[in-house]
Amino acid sequence: MTAPSHTLPDHQPDLPDVIDQLLHILPGDPLDRIRAQRPQARIHAQQSYLALFHPAAPVVGNVTALERHALAWWVATLHAAPHVAGFYAQGLQAAGAGQSLLGALEQAADCARGQGPYGRYPAGPLSVENQDGPVYALDSRLRAVLGEKLAAAFEQAHLLVFHPRDASPAGLQALLDAGWDNTDIVILSQLIAFLSFQIRVVHGLRTLQAHPATASPRLETA
Amino acid sequence: MTYPENALIAHPDNQPPVAFTQAQLDWLPWIAPLPEQDFSARHQAGLVDAARIKSPYFRLLARDPDTLAARTRTDKDIFYNPEAGLPRAERELAAAATSRHNGCIYCASVHARFASHFSKRSDDVQRLLDQGTEADLGDERWNAIAAASVALSDTPSSFDQSHVLRLRAAGLDDAAISDAIHGAAFFNWANRLMLSLGEPTPAG
Repeated sequence: MTAPSHTLPDHQPDLPDVIDQLLHILPGDPLDRIRAQRPQARIHAQQSYLALFHPAAPVVGNVTALERHALAWWVATLHAAPHVAGFYAQGLQAAGAGQSLLGALEQAADCARGQGPYGRYPAGPLSVENQDGPVYALDSRLRAVLGEKLAAAFEQAHLLVFHPRDASPAGLQALLDAGWDNTDIVILSQLIAFLSFQIRVVHGLRTLQAHPATASPRLETA
Repeated sequence: MTYPENALIAHPDNQPPVAFTQAQLDWLPWIAPLPEQDFSARHQAGLVDAARIKSPYFRLLARDPDTLAARTRTDKDIFYNPEAGLPRAERELAAAATSRHNGCIYCASVHARFASHFSKRSDDVQRLLDQGTEADLGDERWNAIAAASVALSDTPSSFDQSHVLRLRAAGLDDAAISDAIHGAAFFNWANRLMLSLGEPTPAG
């Protein structure tokens, strides 16, 4: 609870809804009316974004705005979601990321892309479904630019994005060893997992938006 | 039980389930949940449901209480809001298919059970668990929802126009398709938390 809250802006509840913004949803659009039928999900997807990227004071844990936005950019980039990555890149620059960091992030992404989900199951009947794939580790030069903490977070994020069923206590130990504490690990895990949700809502709704039903009489009365 | 701060919790005697199941499972954390006596009003608010303080999973997530509160309210509206859209059983089917695809034995157990409860189609749900997401779930509507959930859950997502058209052909309107998208997307959130912060164990 003694986090350096000066590293993060105050809670900003008036920021535009990120999902609406990324999909250019305007009032009265078909997707606006569909989202309006799940008002709590819409409000609290946005509140989840705010809690993770513009947390209220006193800020819990010790994860800086730069670290949060860098990790979000990384998760979106691994998902090949350029619109979402671009959104978090703006936050990353606003948080003061310099050119050397931005260049290092791009380089890190170049050799991190893949296709998931893959991974292994506990030994037993599911072993026939085991599917091996890359285990990502930053090289020592990129590690030095990112620092041990962010490097460890990026490696855990790669695991969770592409092969979550390979997650193990060793991954959390690596985060602890890099200097994150239990609360920080919860924040990092929520951030990676939330992005995995937000990216898919945006992708799914964008696909729906691009292929409207020929008629939607039921929505007129919704 | 008290756990050390900022150190792993080992569960050497646990025999985690090795197959997908509709049976009740519990979950053991790999790092310490927030002790009950350390809960502030903000942590309490983060739980949304006060009874969740008994759950190690929610006590662990309560370390970031504002995120937990928002996540819980998102979850409840996606799955419980009875207005229009997809019937509850099929929202749970999307959650179960997503969990089966990502490999979260714990999440799949809970939401397979819910899907069975609301649909009364336990055998179809069991085929999803036993045979995987390619299984024939008994009708085209369920097969289309499972296929869409799986495609959306791929990384990068492979959900495309063909899935929208197939869902429409199976009788889903756009509000129902949006529910399927949200159900699958939300379990990409849940699976990654349950898989990476602890492990399943047979219910005690």
